[in-house]
Amino acid sequence: MCSCNCNTSNIDLTLLKPVLDKYAGVKGSLITILQNAQEIYGYLPTEVIYEVANATGNSPAKVLGVATFYTQFRFKPVGKYLILLCKGTACHVNGSEMIAQTLKETLGIGDGDTTDDGLFSLSFVACLGCCSLSPVMMINDETYGNLTPDKVKKIIEELRSR
Amino acid sequence: MKITVGQGSCGIAAGAAKVLTKLESFFASEKIKVGITGCIGMCWLEPIVDVTDDNNVLHRYVKVSEDVAAKIAQAVVSKDFSVASEYEISEDDNSFLTQQTRVALRNCGLIDPENINEYINIGGYSALKKVVSSMSQNDVINEIKVSGLAGRGGAGFPTWFKWNAAKQSAGDEKYLICNADEGDPGAFMDRAVIESDPHSLIEGMLIGAYAIGAKEAVVYVRAEYPLAIIRLNKAIEQARAMGFVGNNILGSSFSCDFRIKAGAGAFVCGEETALIESLEGSRGMPRLKPPFPAQEGYWHKPSNINNVETFANVAWIIENGGQAFSAMGTEDSKGTKVFALTGKVKRGGLVEIPMGKTLREVIFDIGGGIKNDMQFKAVQMGGPSGGCIPAELLDTVIDYKKLGATGAIMGSGGMVVMDETTCMVGMAKFFLDFTAKESCGKCVHCRIGTKRMQEILTRIVEGEGKEGDIELLEELCEAIKDGALCGLGQTAPNPVLTTIKYFRNEYEAHISQKKCPAKECSNLVIYEIDKDKCVGCTLCSKKCPAKAISGEVKKAHSIDADVCIRCGQCVNVCRFGAISKK
Repeated sequence: MCSCNCNTSNIDLTLLKPVLDKYAGVKGSLITILQNAQEIYGYLPTEVIYEVANATGNSPAKVLGVATFYTQFRFKPVGKYLILLCKGTACHVNGSEMIAQTLKETLGIGDGDTTDDGLFSLSFVACLGCCSLSPVMMINDETYGNLTPDKVKKIIEELRSR
Repeated sequence: MKITVGQGSCGIAAGAAKVLTKLESFFASEKIKVGITGCIGMCWLEPIVDVTDDNNVLHRYVKVSEDVAAKIAQAVVSKDFSVASEYEISEDDNSFLTQQTRVALRNCGLIDPENINEYINIGGYSALKKVVSSMSQNDVINEIKVSGLAGRGGAGFPTWFKWNAAKQSAGDEKYLICNADEGDPGAFMDRAVIESDPHSLIEGMLIGAYAIGAKEAVVYVRAEYPLAIIRLNKAIEQARAMGFVGNNILGSSFSCDFRIKAGAGAFVCGEETALIESLEGSRGMPRLKPPFPAQEGYWHKPSNINNVETFANVAWIIENGGQAFSAMGTEDSKGTKVFALTGKVKRGGLVEIPMGKTLREVIFDIGGGIKNDMQFKAVQMGGPSGGCIPAELLDTVIDYKKLGATGAIMGSGGMVVMDETTCMVGMAKFFLDFTAKESCGKCVHCRIGTKRMQEILTRIVEGEGKEGDIELLEELCEAIKDGALCGLGQTAPNPVLTTIKYFRNEYEAHISQKKCPAKECSNLVIYEIDKDKCVGCTLCSKKCPAKAISGEVKKAHSIDADVCIRCGQCVNVCRFGAISKK
């Protein structure tokens, strides 16, 4: 198993078992398994990569290779609120750069980072498909449209005070 | 009396779910049911509430807030619709819809996507019945051939040809795949179809599966579309329960199972062979063609892949005949096409028009022109594979060949409108940032070529461009077009080539004069305070994160250009319009 002394024994691998059982022997299901695993843990811990590799008969390198190829997969824990800022064309034209700047300044983190208090994670993503409301961001599956720097600050403040 | 609230992703983001809850609470005691529909495509007017009164007159309320919902409820209960008439759609806005011809979007916004009976009541699944009971595989393929339907995902390849090739491939095990990995930034047609009318997609796919002889159909959907996945899952289960999906469909010998595979976020998976790799659980890297998927696709079995919009047309074509479809459009391009109209346009949303209309008709007549009455500069079509079409070509006719001749492409239907404030070099850089990031890395031309182009474009917008950079870009573009393995790389230079072709002066201004004509590139603009307009309120100097603004209270302020980081916050806070970009 993991030999890097990363001391992440708090990962409960038994949670993964139903997923591995469900897809045991189903060919082509690696991505689906990883998606389910991320649903469970919020990200893909190293132990999970090894466990999935073991169960599916793949090398850990192959599993990690697939996982790192797709932007959906994360390898660090995420904050309570995951902010997905759309970087699509319509959002670009309507000022998403300013929104990105505001988010970075307000949260004090960059793309792919999580705040020290574990409250917010920021991720820049490809088009969310809500172009008519651009610029747009999504926080934990809720979409916020027609953003302005002030609106963004208010939304963050509101979430912080919850 | 029928009341529905549009519940597409855009509508929900604009507050449609809250409006629905509010209306339901009003009518709980009245025993009036509030229904849902998908998206009608008038995104800028969301949330939208439709009330069909007892005389069968439709009252369409737009931009409905919770307060307006109360007025609507009052109108419904009192049957006096004058109390809410000021919230009904204007004739001008309604012309957005009346100027369209809807085939692929025929049911969007009109039926409840979560209730199969609404689809059946308007004739749904009768095309499938006709196919399995009275048409041969060749009959179906021939009807599609007559229609002239071409792949709506972007490439525009004749659909019948692909179906026929897959049908003719040897073997019993064949697959029909729907590409719903709508990755072009600025495109949302496929999401709208799945969220609003999933059964049209399912029926079209079943007919396709019948034609090629597939027993399994798979929809590969972007993971970023959670609502679409939920609705499609519901629709498949309802179709299965009613015998449209599964074994011996409608009592015939045709059997076809259905499943959904959620993508995991990789633009290149829109390329069909990369999509197949991803379906098989691998990194989504394209395969060398030939063999084509029709010969060796999913699990190396004959497979056919079409896009959502392509399938959404199929049942209509079977019902109305291929000729009815080919009667619309131009010599080269038949039928209708859906566009996602966005950007700096007044009315943003979904537009379906017969091929042959001009860009001007779509942007100005249907879209209502440019926001804030600014000047039209360009329209971007085809996303990262497409290009920017300038004002002088606004009368270009929408068909595959004519659009291709401009250097842009029809693409999947993204149409992003830009005004004079958009920098075209910045636009090219935006797309190269995208393709360089999304390049799968398999072939050198795409992996390294897009990276080098991105670097050159970055230095140009940052004011570090060198003489000869334009020529170097052009040379790289040609090499990448020729050398890249798949469509992603081969078309990646298009945004650069078209902006150089039509906006070369902007590139030159960045490089030789270190100026951004659109005043968008922050390194190349200077913020200045107009001494006559500034009243010395000090708001800007308090807001400035770089402490670049100085001045005494009630006296004109000034900006130190050497300290200014060009964040633009001062412009946003100034209430006197005293600060401008130069």
